[in-house]
Amino acid sequence: MQFATIDDLQQALATHDYVADRPLATAIFLALKLQKPLLLEGEAGVGKTEIAKTLARMQERHLIRLQCYEGLDVNTTIYEWNYTRQMLQIRLIEALGAADTHAALNEIFGPEFLIKRPLLQAIEESWDRPPVLLIDEIDRADEEFEAFLLELLSDWQISIPEIGTIRAGQPPTVIITSNRTREIHDALKRRCLFHWIDYPSLEKEQRIVSMRVPGASERLSRQVVAFVQELRKLDLFKLPGVAETLDWATALATLDARELTASMVEDTLGAILKYQDDIARMRGQGVRSLLEKVQG
Amino acid sequence: MKIPEQPVPHGHLTTHVLAFVHLLRSAGIKVSTEQTLDLVRALEHVPIMSRGDFRAAACCTLIYRREDLPVFDAAFEFYWRTGSGLDPLIMALPVVRTPPKLLRLPRRPRQQGNGPDQERSEEEREEKVGLTLTFTAAETLRTRDFGSFSFEEVQACKQFLRNLEWRIEPRRTRRRRPAARPGVIDMRRLLRRNLRHGGDPVELAFREPRQRQRPLVVLCDISGSMDRYSRILLQFVHTISNGLRNVEAFVFGTRLTRITRLLRERDIDEAIAAVSKQVVDWSGGTRIGEAVKNFNYSWSRRVLGKGAVVLLISDGWDRGDPQLLEREMARLQRSTYRLIWLNPLLGNPRYQPLTRGMQAALPHVDDFLPVHNLLSLEQLGEKLAMLGKRRPERRQRLLPATS
Repeated sequence: MQFATIDDLQQALATHDYVADRPLATAIFLALKLQKPLLLEGEAGVGKTEIAKTLARMQERHLIRLQCYEGLDVNTTIYEWNYTRQMLQIRLIEALGAADTHAALNEIFGPEFLIKRPLLQAIEESWDRPPVLLIDEIDRADEEFEAFLLELLSDWQISIPEIGTIRAGQPPTVIITSNRTREIHDALKRRCLFHWIDYPSLEKEQRIVSMRVPGASERLSRQVVAFVQELRKLDLFKLPGVAETLDWATALATLDARELTASMVEDTLGAILKYQDDIARMRGQGVRSLLEKVQG
Repeated sequence: MKIPEQPVPHGHLTTHVLAFVHLLRSAGIKVSTEQTLDLVRALEHVPIMSRGDFRAAACCTLIYRREDLPVFDAAFEFYWRTGSGLDPLIMALPVVRTPPKLLRLPRRPRQQGNGPDQERSEEEREEKVGLTLTFTAAETLRTRDFGSFSFEEVQACKQFLRNLEWRIEPRRTRRRRPAARPGVIDMRRLLRRNLRHGGDPVELAFREPRQRQRPLVVLCDISGSMDRYSRILLQFVHTISNGLRNVEAFVFGTRLTRITRLLRERDIDEAIAAVSKQVVDWSGGTRIGEAVKNFNYSWSRRVLGKGAVVLLISDGWDRGDPQLLEREMARLQRSTYRLIWLNPLLGNPRYQPLTRGMQAALPHVDDFLPVHNLLSLEQLGEKLAMLGKRRPERRQRLLPATS
């Protein structure tokens, strides 16, 4: 699917339940047009990963997700040889007594013994229908992986010593997310378009909640959002993201809540606050005074 | 000359882009040519008459660090403040060039007025050779308390610090590399190697975890009570941040300031001058709890990954709430591999950590060490080089809930 204007894209995102403000829509639009990776940074739970999922759904493309962690290497991201199959093949060659054992043995490093990992998959599929490649939480990976990604993102090719170089047809749409638990190297950042996603405004968050949690009553979702917005103004160790707002609204809707009450909030506080200190601080007076603000 | 009637001729726009990039660069933001070209390319797809869209396009192509966003905003406002957006007059405006970083900063005036430092610094440089200490002099200096150092001795101390070698016991990472010693089997190399033996595993191949230096985070107290020590301790912080990779440094009195970038300055005096210029609360009061809390909330997630070691340098004279200090120390300890408190007062054999702050903090500290003379720095160096493979055992403590 091609989008002629930023409006089209924003509209399409909205019909797929993603509320994007204009600057974010512009960044995504340009990432698609210029075929550059889009690096999204922001606090946890502001909808970074969701963008990749929505883009894939919207364009009816395959989503290939690479969850980053320390020690990510070629074997887990690009390809691995299928050792079990290789060993069985060796036994088979021995048992059958091939004419040219040497050549037969070399064949075990052929494409059919290759296990394709996400990045290789993305490159191979790009000839047919470029997928959406999500490199999630890159700050969790180590610098070695970053250096390696840098190479991939600039050339879009991968070389496997035993097979040769595999090139991408059309570069896939790449979304990279980071929670900033570590600074990403500038060299990698410069290859990407960059967008910082902030916590949403009251209006935006209300639209998100009513879109995503249709089960919650209008009144309830308005109160939930107002409460969370107030909560974000406080000095807490971990502020709730949009993901938490959605979880909480869903939880309250499941409990058939029509509106927020102090006891209801206290019972479900664990859906929005994830640190004991923060919860202890809000219990009682904290919740009551916020509720007053929200209802008043 | 004729004023163009077309909405916006493209060439004209490119000139603006270049001028705007120039403005950003002179404000200290690094923008590559590649990024500039990206913006020019992007403008083919974006309705340039819309100021908001133009801004978003410029922002996502030219900026790649969150810290730069406020500067971008200011520069954008400045450039396009006339509203029409494409006023040719703007092009005539001289672009003010500010150097990306301040090069020569005035030194911190010394405590006892021995005349301005500025004049002395040149002499000092020349004197440096003369200050290189004889062995015996160095020996006595090693065990002397920093607090009793004269200005010359502080200078001499630099030499000594520079020669100290810093090493932190490395951490095993999750990444593996080929190894000669038996470890985890490396299937790929194993199969490759043994093809010539008909695929029978005759020669083995192994992998082992790669080792990496742990990140080091230094939080240094520079409040009034630490006055006698802070300058020399900053020199110490400077030498470790230059001697090791991955060091983050902060100073605090009543508030917390990150000085990592300032300490990158190679020259020790320039670095410290830069720090003293930046930090506003030299020699004031201390609120250790506040500072640690501030660190926990705003920085810990960003700098305490990968098994970090934290050095907290302070004498423990705290004017803040001891409960807050206790809670935040507990949190800090939980997010570090090793929390080491360095206290200059501990050099005095009669010193007992009885202040309320110290009392609150001590249960949450893994090591409590002195940092009052060069010998204690050497010992710290040894300690860091042998942290042990395992985190020290810590007991869970029930803390009073936040009021």
